[in-house]
Amino acid sequence: MMPDLGKYSIYVLGAYGATLFLMAGLVLLTLRRGRAARAALKRIEEETARNGKG
Amino acid sequence: MSLWEYANPVKFLALSARVQPVAWAAALTGIVVGLGWGFFGTPDDFRQGSTVKIIYIHVPAAWIAINAWIMMLIASLIWLVRRHHVSALAARAAAPVGLVMTVIGLLTGAIWGQPMWGTWWAWDPRLTSFLILFLFYLGYIALWEAIEDPDTAADLTSVLCLVGSVFALMSRYAVLFWSQGLHQGASLSLDKEENISDVFWIPLVISIAGFTLLFIALVLYRTGTEISLRRARALAVRLDKEL
Repeated sequence: MMPDLGKYSIYVLGAYGATLFLMAGLVLLTLRRGRAARAALKRIEEETARNGKG
Repeated sequence: MSLWEYANPVKFLALSARVQPVAWAAALTGIVVGLGWGFFGTPDDFRQGSTVKIIYIHVPAAWIAINAWIMMLIASLIWLVRRHHVSALAARAAAPVGLVMTVIGLLTGAIWGQPMWGTWWAWDPRLTSFLILFLFYLGYIALWEAIEDPDTAADLTSVLCLVGSVFALMSRYAVLFWSQGLHQGASLSLDKEENISDVFWIPLVISIAGFTLLFIALVLYRTGTEISLRRARALAVRLDKEL
């Protein structure tokens, strides 16, 4: 149940909303960049093995 | 067994893979319980009204913003002294997390300050040193991106990190040696007289633990990403290819 935030509701909800948005963005971008980097490494390791330069 | 074993990327990644699931799960639990308890389960403050609920995000974010820089300082010193690549990459991995936490600290501080102080911003010692810390985070990240050779980038960013540490420490301790300013003293203290009431303290400590565990999980994952990218770039050079 939503607590009664009174006259400060816009400040409290704004602070929580901005924080959750930024934290979710940080986690999502971190995971996306991590997956891309690991996939790039896998591709280039396979190519290195094919070319016998490993 | 020595701590320096984990300077080996293979050993670091093996340890990281074991720690990460626990860290992610504990971080999520800490944040959900800490913020949920703080938002839904604590009363208004007699002076600050419902704005006191902002403490459960503002204090943990500021805590991580300052301590992330301290972690980067330690990792940078290890790089400068012992030349372990994993430590330089861990410092690089922590910087964007610290930057986002600094932004959250500044933003929630401004949102809290407006109804309580009547202003979004004041050139208070603690706020000003925190703003300078934000600029150091931007400069640190930009310097890593600007320099092509990773060892040179690690050297220069490590020196920048040493200089920026003054402002990280000042953000934490400014209230002790500058009495003027709007910002209140520490919310958490070993002195029970100075500490905030238990009703606010317990969810705040849980929230700080959740944010800290999230920082650990993110830095471990991001350091793994940096290690992957470094190895991929090295192999790409060997194949004479662009990554």
